[in-house]
Amino acid sequence: MTVLDEIGQADAPPEDRWASGVIPYKKMGYWEPDYEPKPTDILCAFRITPQPGVDPEEAAAAVAGESSTATWTVVWTDRLTAHEHYQAKAYRCDPVPGTPGQYIALIAYDLDLFEEGSIANLTSSIIGNVFGFKALKALRLEDMRIPAHYVKTFQGPPHGIVMEREYLNKYGRPLLGATTKPKLGLSARNYGRVVYEALRGGLDFTKDDENINSQPFMRWRDRYLASMEAVNRAQAVTGEIKGHYLNVTAGDMESMYERADFAKQLGSVIVMMDLTIGYTAMTSMSKWARRNGVLLHLHRAGHGTYTRQKTHGVSFRVIAKWCRLLGVDHMHAGTVVGKLEGDPNMIRGYYDTLRQPFTAANPANGIYFDQDWVAMPGVMPVASGGIHAGQMHQLIDYLGEDCVLQFGGGTIGHPMGIAAGATANRVALEVMVQARNEGRDYVKEGPEILRGAARWSPELRAALDVWGEISFNYESTDTPDVESTPTPA
Amino acid sequence: MRITQGTFAYLPDLTDEQITAQVRYCLSHDWPLSVEFTDDPHPRNFLWEMWELPMFDMADPSAILYEINRCREAHPDHYIRLNAYDRTLGRQTTALSFIVNRPKEEPGFRLDRQEGADRQVRYSLHAYASDRPEGERYRS
Repeated sequence: MTVLDEIGQADAPPEDRWASGVIPYKKMGYWEPDYEPKPTDILCAFRITPQPGVDPEEAAAAVAGESSTATWTVVWTDRLTAHEHYQAKAYRCDPVPGTPGQYIALIAYDLDLFEEGSIANLTSSIIGNVFGFKALKALRLEDMRIPAHYVKTFQGPPHGIVMEREYLNKYGRPLLGATTKPKLGLSARNYGRVVYEALRGGLDFTKDDENINSQPFMRWRDRYLASMEAVNRAQAVTGEIKGHYLNVTAGDMESMYERADFAKQLGSVIVMMDLTIGYTAMTSMSKWARRNGVLLHLHRAGHGTYTRQKTHGVSFRVIAKWCRLLGVDHMHAGTVVGKLEGDPNMIRGYYDTLRQPFTAANPANGIYFDQDWVAMPGVMPVASGGIHAGQMHQLIDYLGEDCVLQFGGGTIGHPMGIAAGATANRVALEVMVQARNEGRDYVKEGPEILRGAARWSPELRAALDVWGEISFNYESTDTPDVESTPTPA
Repeated sequence: MRITQGTFAYLPDLTDEQITAQVRYCLSHDWPLSVEFTDDPHPRNFLWEMWELPMFDMADPSAILYEINRCREAHPDHYIRLNAYDRTLGRQTTALSFIVNRPKEEPGFRLDRQEGADRQVRYSLHAYASDRPEGERYRS
């Protein structure tokens, strides 16, 4: 059977469907309220804010159209294709409770619309053109259901949580890290000093900041050499595996591969990259990391520009989903209690998305769809930004055990020095895990548990004296719709 | 020096009572416990010697403490750790692991450096104790 024969067998469209000119998207087949999504479909939940006077169902159909096959006017060349198959279908459009003018539209996309193993292709379709669409005031991609069939075209994290723990020989507690500060300006030798002190004091990892790449004050090669001397010295004085996330972010892939290869040659257990390099570059680095047995850390630099506002952009849970698919071992995902945006329920949703084998739909956490990860390893979420030892009970309560807690200022700003700051964090962590395991009400008794340990740990005592009372109390901008929830201190 | 491998390395050594509390926690999660010992504490040595088999069906914390103490008696100058194992699908790995016995003297590690071209250094960690034959390394 030829292509033309197939088209001939298609149901005859309504008379006016193919007349030249502009017709509503709803009439072009992009609105199908009776549609039952197939298990193989990619499903999206969009928050739609139509312009005044625009029918929300038409707006939903327009989003389905513009993110799949449609253009602004009827084209006869659609008739050369099995267009019904390729058209995305908006199948639900419900008003957001308590928020007039906003709607959640559910749209189904056939799997055939997407190239296997390509987040670039997936995103070029789903968020390609449609976010600038004039008929909408604002548009936000809230969540996606990736069918198992598509998940299986990705390999996911190069190592994952289980392999990372076995590789580092560290179990039963969150890992600890710190970002080297100041972010910019340190020479390689001074940088190595900070790394050494933090690691020997008790941290598992130290980290390049996202904007430390290869600047005139410190070139990447010098930083790598100094940091690896520090890592190895710290391993020798503790007998523990230590790591420093060497940032391989660069202006081109060739430079990134060169830096990553050098890091591997020096024996680094981990490298890092920034979200700013793009999905394809990240996927390439993921393949490199798997091939070379080096853990891969992702800093989500820039995400706040499109994840933070509730009405427009892409939710961070979707970014997290894409990054688990393309494959990273670590990913920054919020702290709840720190200096950066984060409603506790939403952050629980991000952490679940990164870690769980199966993430069940849960509107309270912003999860719209069940997501089966079909044995894809989990990503270790990283909590970083304005957290300190005095919050340890809250951090363990909100974030759980499989995560990296990063105390940058909370290590390096310690009055007794960097190593003492690291020790304070490690003591606080271990004493809290011990109390939790012993069945104590550690969340309630947290401050008392910390004070108890501070009696024998002068490092923890000094940390609590400096930061014990510091908290960041601001309202979150991105919260779930089901009920309003306060952001805790 | 004090080797800081294991979950509670930065706390004062756990008492038997505190160890028992952790054992109860592990058993409440259905994580069987096992005891392992070594005198080669290199951080890359994950194959510590097994003190008998993992105690899959042992639900009595005092029996687990009894095995720890038997191992301590047999190997007083070794590192001994208690591991809990989580066989859940998606985990299938160690859930908790901490040191319950260590040698009186821990001489630590020497960092060997082999200088190469371009300022590159190849590092190697060498436990001072491992210069002596296995079984005689931490004998005072």
